Amino acid sequence: MTWSLIGKNFTPPDIRAKVTGQARFAEDFRVDGMVFAKLLTSPMPHARVVNIDASDALAMDGVIGILTADDEGVNELLTNEPRYVGDPILALAAVDEMTAENAIEHVRVQFEELPFTVDPLQSLYPGGPDGRASGNNIGGGRTGIEPKRIKWTARDFAAVPEGQLPMGEAAVEWSHGDVEAKLAEADLVIDETFVTAGNSHMSMEPRTAMAYWQNGKCYVHSGAQSLTASLPAIAQQIGIGLDDFVYINEYCGGGFGSKGTPGQTVGISALLSKKVSRPVMLRMTRRDEYSIGSARGTFQGRVRMGFRADGKITAIDFTVVQDGGANGGFGDSGDAAAALSILYQPEDMRFRGIPVVTNTTPRGPQRGPGQNQISAAVEPLIDRAASELGIDRLAIRVMNAPNNDAKIGANRLNVTSAYLPDALEKGAAMFDWQGHLARSGQRNGSKIYGVGVGQAYHDVGRTGYDGLCVLTPDGKLHLHSGVGNLGTYSYASTTRAAAEMLKMSWENCIIHQGSNAKFLPFASTQTGSNTSWTMARANYVGGMNALGKLKEIAAMDLGGAPDDYDVGDERVFKIADPSQGLTYAEAAQRAIELGGKYSGETPPDDIHEVTRLAVRGVAGTGLVGVAKEQLRMEGDVPALACGFAAVEVDVETGKVDILDYVAVADCGTVFHPQGLAGQLRSGSIWGMSYALFERQIYDPQNGLPGNASYLSCKPATYLDVPAGIQWDAVDIADPQNPVGSRGIGEPPMGAASAAVLCAISDALGGHVFNRVPVVPDMIVNHVAGRPQSTPPLKIHTA
Amino acid sequence: MSKDMMPHFELFQPDSEETALDLLSRFGDEGWPVAGGHDSLSWFKDRAKYAANVVDLTGIASMRGIREVDGGIEIGALTTLTEIENNDIVQSRYGLLAQAAGHVASPQIRNVGTLGGNLNQDARCWYYRYGVDCYRAGGNTCYADTPEGQNREHCLWGADRCVAVSPSDVAPAMVALDATMIVRSASGTREVAAEDYFIGPDIDIERMTVLEPGELLTAVRIPGDWANAQFYFEKVADRNTWDFPLVNIASAMVVENGTISRIRIAAGAVQCTPRRLTVVEEVVTGSAPDEETAALAGQAAVRGATPLNFNHFKIPLLENLVKRAIRDA
Repeated sequence: MTWSLIGKNFTPPDIRAKVTGQARFAEDFRVDGMVFAKLLTSPMPHARVVNIDASDALAMDGVIGILTADDEGVNELLTNEPRYVGDPILALAAVDEMTAENAIEHVRVQFEELPFTVDPLQSLYPGGPDGRASGNNIGGGRTGIEPKRIKWTARDFAAVPEGQLPMGEAAVEWSHGDVEAKLAEADLVIDETFVTAGNSHMSMEPRTAMAYWQNGKCYVHSGAQSLTASLPAIAQQIGIGLDDFVYINEYCGGGFGSKGTPGQTVGISALLSKKVSRPVMLRMTRRDEYSIGSARGTFQGRVRMGFRADGKITAIDFTVVQDGGANGGFGDSGDAAAALSILYQPEDMRFRGIPVVTNTTPRGPQRGPGQNQISAAVEPLIDRAASELGIDRLAIRVMNAPNNDAKIGANRLNVTSAYLPDALEKGAAMFDWQGHLARSGQRNGSKIYGVGVGQAYHDVGRTGYDGLCVLTPDGKLHLHSGVGNLGTYSYASTTRAAAEMLKMSWENCIIHQGSNAKFLPFASTQTGSNTSWTMARANYVGGMNALGKLKEIAAMDLGGAPDDYDVGDERVFKIADPSQGLTYAEAAQRAIELGGKYSGETPPDDIHEVTRLAVRGVAGTGLVGVAKEQLRMEGDVPALACGFAAVEVDVETGKVDILDYVAVADCGTVFHPQGLAGQLRSGSIWGMSYALFERQIYDPQNGLPGNASYLSCKPATYLDVPAGIQWDAVDIADPQNPVGSRGIGEPPMGAASAAVLCAISDALGGHVFNRVPVVPDMIVNHVAGRPQSTPPLKIHTA
Repeated sequence: MSKDMMPHFELFQPDSEETALDLLSRFGDEGWPVAGGHDSLSWFKDRAKYAANVVDLTGIASMRGIREVDGGIEIGALTTLTEIENNDIVQSRYGLLAQAAGHVASPQIRNVGTLGGNLNQDARCWYYRYGVDCYRAGGNTCYADTPEGQNREHCLWGADRCVAVSPSDVAPAMVALDATMIVRSASGTREVAAEDYFIGPDIDIERMTVLEPGELLTAVRIPGDWANAQFYFEKVADRNTWDFPLVNIASAMVVENGTISRIRIAAGAVQCTPRRLTVVEEVVTGSAPDEETAALAGQAAVRGATPLNFNHFKIPLLENLVKRAIRDA
């Protein structure tokens, strides 16, 4: 298919504001009478609030009021059972931040200390502490459920001294086939226990929120990944109807999973504003970000993989204990299992997992949650298998990688399409895999050359959202995007599906986004890299709906049937006689005159309430294209990526230099090349950072977090990554998306982590650390023949 | 604890050393000198440490610049690390110092951070900076030196209730170059050898240097003795910019007729002060700077190291860096 907009670069309309500093983020707004709030947070990892005495604080000049967990509607926004250091207990509003902070110091909180842990295995051991008073597990790893108590037996822990992951009662499990039989038959079995670190979120923009009430309506400013998807949940949290809620979220300074939904700062600012009858600005500090901003869950995992002599993976038995943090965690463990299932296509597989509530920061999704941890942990083991079987490391991946016949998960779902073998081969050619392999192991002074290839997956498909566009009598196409502006520009790129269907020139298109006051349709959350699939399809149906109405109006006015008409040059015209037609401007005017479905006055019944309100706002302004997307979506929609890395490992210092990197995506049709380049490069860099630097630290003796700053969380810098990262894509359309695209944001990170870690192992003669990240300590100790400082199953260590 | 919100303070901006010293003398424990501010402001923002009176030194012209003095050079304490890194004299004669200054933190920090600030900065132990009531903060425990304390960055030598290390990249270079610190107070001037300037917890657990309240480091003098020696500086940190050293090494070596005739070598981030490796100096003097001597030097450097639970990697790392300093200089 040849498109005029899809697959082409364009300048998103908000770029100029971003590069000139004119963009206004949540904390840039000011409202008359606005006051500032600060949070009082827990100094201890687990406690019960016995008493709060704020009388001295409230008596101070300039102090306006407080909000606590005991206030109506607060629920879990604030707590009387703080479950981690930094857990918000109270919010205090004052005329300025200095007054608020000074007043916070005068609030006296009496705590009763409760047992705590920062290690899931400690909690699972008989008699171990529970992260919450009521238990330590909330099932498969989704929040909002009261936890239950799971304890394993001492016998389950018997092999821990040998460094083997214990496995007792799992919270989630599935299997297909007979894994034990396949492992028994295998020519080679790899059986390793591993640990992956937790990682704080580090969005540039803290999750600041400002809220005020006016004539019964609540206005909230915040920067979050998603926009209209969040409206029902926020409105419910605040206790108002969708009609009375205005959400302003034009820009988001990074989210990466941590701002998929707006979170507690929005609720706190709105409820505190309601209570004190003043607009409330709740600015988050960087340190607050590192506590309430959530983090990636750790893995303490074990994988047993069976291989045939030819390299075919016959069985995977995957068990994992996940640090679910104070909130019970996200579904990382199950997502990791799905990743193993699709990446390696084992004939038989078993998964057992348990997220455990601990007294560490809340855990949420972070770019490739689960999938990226498991790629970093398991890909080096694929290399070990290749080495033992005498097979090329690229060849063993191509052999097992998913194609269009791939299956995934317990239910052996089909995929909509998959071309990972093609991506691997494309990347190998770009990277010159054979040429690099020839240098593998070469020594240059104290540095040893290593090369690696890695791959990763994420599921990126959702369905059932709405598209909305309006042709107005001035000939313009108004593209209403409910997609959050999280930095990927998908809020704009996905609307081009609608413009494409109408064959509009991009100059005549106007994007509306950033606030539901601009009448935006219900969209998916901008999480899980789904937008390129989900919202491209939603915009497609919105555009097709407008297209159908154009043809109907033309048929009404000029005779014949709608199918007798086509569009082009912003006209709808008779195919048999192109001179007969209407301009889009004329058709839009006719739609207004016709009313009903044409002008949006009678919207379809099946659209979401959010979209219905949006259509009400645009009704009568032109020809309204609006529809709920109900296209075919059968099977898993995969995003797949691979990466190739060349490194030098200095065996005297433990430092790793990444010399060369190539990233290749399998994401269907390339929808927006510059956007894809941004995702591949940034994801790759984060993957390198994940492999080499980033990890959360906790002192298990007191629950203190060891890194609550950019400096100590160590995101990679320019000097830590290659100057240039090459990228490309397979660029084959997915048959279940009319415009061909699938998402891609998450797996480039996991592929890069894996490729770098494989390259380090290659340089070290195949040694696998079974721990992520690999830091200089580990390399220096290994080369010196010294034991590692951190025992095999230990997490949250420096 | 409070977060990211500095308390109010009175700001004084003297334009001469005398005025600054008068102010600091008058304020005593209630005064706090500030130059680049990277160390100070992080304390203030967390409200863990602060003073009612802040004396901003950056307007004192006499404390800036690099000048030739008595065959060596004198560097004002307010000279920025970028200025030192890029100075022609420093580059041509004291390349060790240029390298050390150029490895501090990041370009942005070096553009503002000063020599004095880098040398006088407080300990970076994460527990201490978190604001806990440890020994160094006036309390009665050490959080890092415990069975599960996260002490990867901490010391191999010199533990005495506190196990924090000297975090400076410039300090070991100053020790290797046999620099002299010029210390002034309202009552006069004293000169202190770099090696003696830094103090461990055994001498005073709440300070990192000999500076008393009311005293200022105004300049550092580097003698001509080690100009144009064979220098070696290397810093190993997690990332290639911004991070404090896991271990750093600075050495000045004179080789005559293929033999090391004299050498000064110091390591950072292995104890609370820059550790001058006199045993290494003794072992290698009179030998050729070859692989064998380097290996012996490395072994000598780590004798007596007493690692904590998470930092024993510093032993092979220091051994390797000392080897490189002899072998690769």
